[in-house]
Amino acid sequence: MAWFKRSKDNIASDTQKRDVPDGTWIKCPECSEMMHKMQWESNMYLCTKCGHHFRIGSEEYFKILLDEDSFKEMDKKLRSVDPLNFEDTKPYKTRINDTMKSTDLSDAIRTGTGKINSIDVVICCMDFGFIGGSMGSVVGEKISRAIDKAIKTKYPLLIISSSGGARMMEGAISLMQLAKTSTKLAKLNEEKIPYISILTNPTTGGSTASFSMLGDLNIAEPKALIAFAGPRVVKQATGKDLPPGFQRAEFLLEHGFIDFIVNRKDMKDKLTQLLKLICN
Amino acid sequence: MALQNYLDFEKPILDLEQKIAEMRSMSDKFDISSEINKLEYKVNILRKDIFEKLTPWQIVQLARHPERPYTLDYIYLMTNNFTELHGDRYYGDDKAIVGGFANLGDKPVMIIGQQKGRDTKSNIYRNFGMPNPEGYRKALRLMKLAEKFNRPVITLIDTPGAFPGIEAEERGQAEAIARNLIEMSNLHVPIIVVIIGEGASGGALGIGIGDRVLMLQYCWYSVISPESCSSILWRSWDYKEQAADALKLTSKDMLRFKIIDRIIDEPVGGAHRNHKEAAEILKKALLEELDGVSKIKKDKLLDNRIKKFGEMGFWKD
Ligand SMILES: [Zn+2]
Repeated sequence: MAWFKRSKDNIASDTQKRDVPDGTWIKCPECSEMMHKMQWESNMYLCTKCGHHFRIGSEEYFKILLDEDSFKEMDKKLRSVDPLNFEDTKPYKTRINDTMKSTDLSDAIRTGTGKINSIDVVICCMDFGFIGGSMGSVVGEKISRAIDKAIKTKYPLLIISSSGGARMMEGAISLMQLAKTSTKLAKLNEEKIPYISILTNPTTGGSTASFSMLGDLNIAEPKALIAFAGPRVVKQATGKDLPPGFQRAEFLLEHGFIDFIVNRKDMKDKLTQLLKLICN
Repeated sequence: MALQNYLDFEKPILDLEQKIAEMRSMSDKFDISSEINKLEYKVNILRKDIFEKLTPWQIVQLARHPERPYTLDYIYLMTNNFTELHGDRYYGDDKAIVGGFANLGDKPVMIIGQQKGRDTKSNIYRNFGMPNPEGYRKALRLMKLAEKFNRPVITLIDTPGAFPGIEAEERGQAEAIARNLIEMSNLHVPIIVVIIGEGASGGALGIGIGDRVLMLQYCWYSVISPESCSSILWRSWDYKEQAADALKLTSKDMLRFKIIDRIIDEPVGGAHRNHKEAAEILKKALLEELDGVSKIKKDKLLDNRIKKFGEMGFWKD
């Protein structure tokens, strides 16, 4: 599916440390504003001038959303294997190992429990920096176990998506992770445990066509790209010009697929308010 | 059956078959039966040789064979009293997904599948078997009807993918597929899924959750087509054969990965060589499977279904 559509960004992401740029000065890609890194970090990785939401990883999201020291990571040792013995221009095994080294991550998602203003939650956050946030067996299994945890503890479930879709190097097995996560969500739904899906830039392909769209509430960050087929694929398939703002969070809100858009700065407060409204 | 369209690797078989047919037409004038027998022996060996050594790419080509039976062919050949139902009740009637009640043997069932066209005109009408969101929503509506009237569901998968169009995105292609995945997981009647041709990605899986998943012998099932995989990972369209190898997309691979439960054999030379026989084989298998799932209690059925998909994948802990 589609994580690969911005191939320069992701396949080459082996060299990039998570999604947060290095260097002391940060330039906004939207308005070219120069910011000091500390200034930018304390602004929750938003442009201080135009509010552009930079892509961040699980480490940063957990820091933003969870009460200090409340995060307890689950299933840290889960690792991808190479069931297909897949090789394109590079063996999948090598790709995984290289990416693990360059990102300090074990796969494209981290899961655990934590507290949001003292409210217990099960939380999952994807890392786009790990092979384009692609969903293979490990992502599927970690989400599946997080759902089990939510069922067991009755804590609400939060999943922060940032994904190019299913991981091609696991072929149909990665496709089955759409089925796996959705069937488990069916069970969570039966138990009437809330699931809030937070869609960030970008959420496309297999993730969107499964768990990311299945929140009791779907929330997006401003201007996040949210799609089944990415814009490049749609343009190629139809040969048509895409309407302005196509597949951005505001577009999805207008078409009825997300409940509301929240600025990252307000996310923790908004989630607290919501959780109090829907949890006992 | 003379084929209008054939694949490169089918050509030597078809040439020999044609020669045999020509000799047969002369055999009332001359006694050439021993030569015919010799040629028949030869064509059998040749066919066996070619079909036993099919490459994954050749299997992809067979799955897309323009003369392969499609969903409606199977429905008409396998069932009686098929009553096609239309529309998702929200937006429209997607021609790339068909479905309705029918009798399979003496069993009333709901049967749903993606539908391709056979020529340019019908392919445009069927959108080349690429559903829009309303197709998945129609499929779900029919499944809910089946649940209400306690009829098992059979889905037939044959699609090059969900349609990547502007309107499809606007109307929530991802949501429509995701919704089907969660709803099919919790549908209180048995579901039997059969991959009858192409099983391309989310567009295929959108009707692909079931208690039993069967796959015809010469089909492919994967997260992406070999062509797209080639263009993305090799940055060129020229590596589709390597991509087909790498993706491990054949029915044998699917059985090995426990993604399917059973491979359904195709007639000699592929389902396109004998639609009637292909349908008979599939019908027999479906009746066996229906018999099996109908004996499972409802609660157990759903638990098993969630467990089945919940266990899919390979990792180390
Ligand atoms: Zn800016």
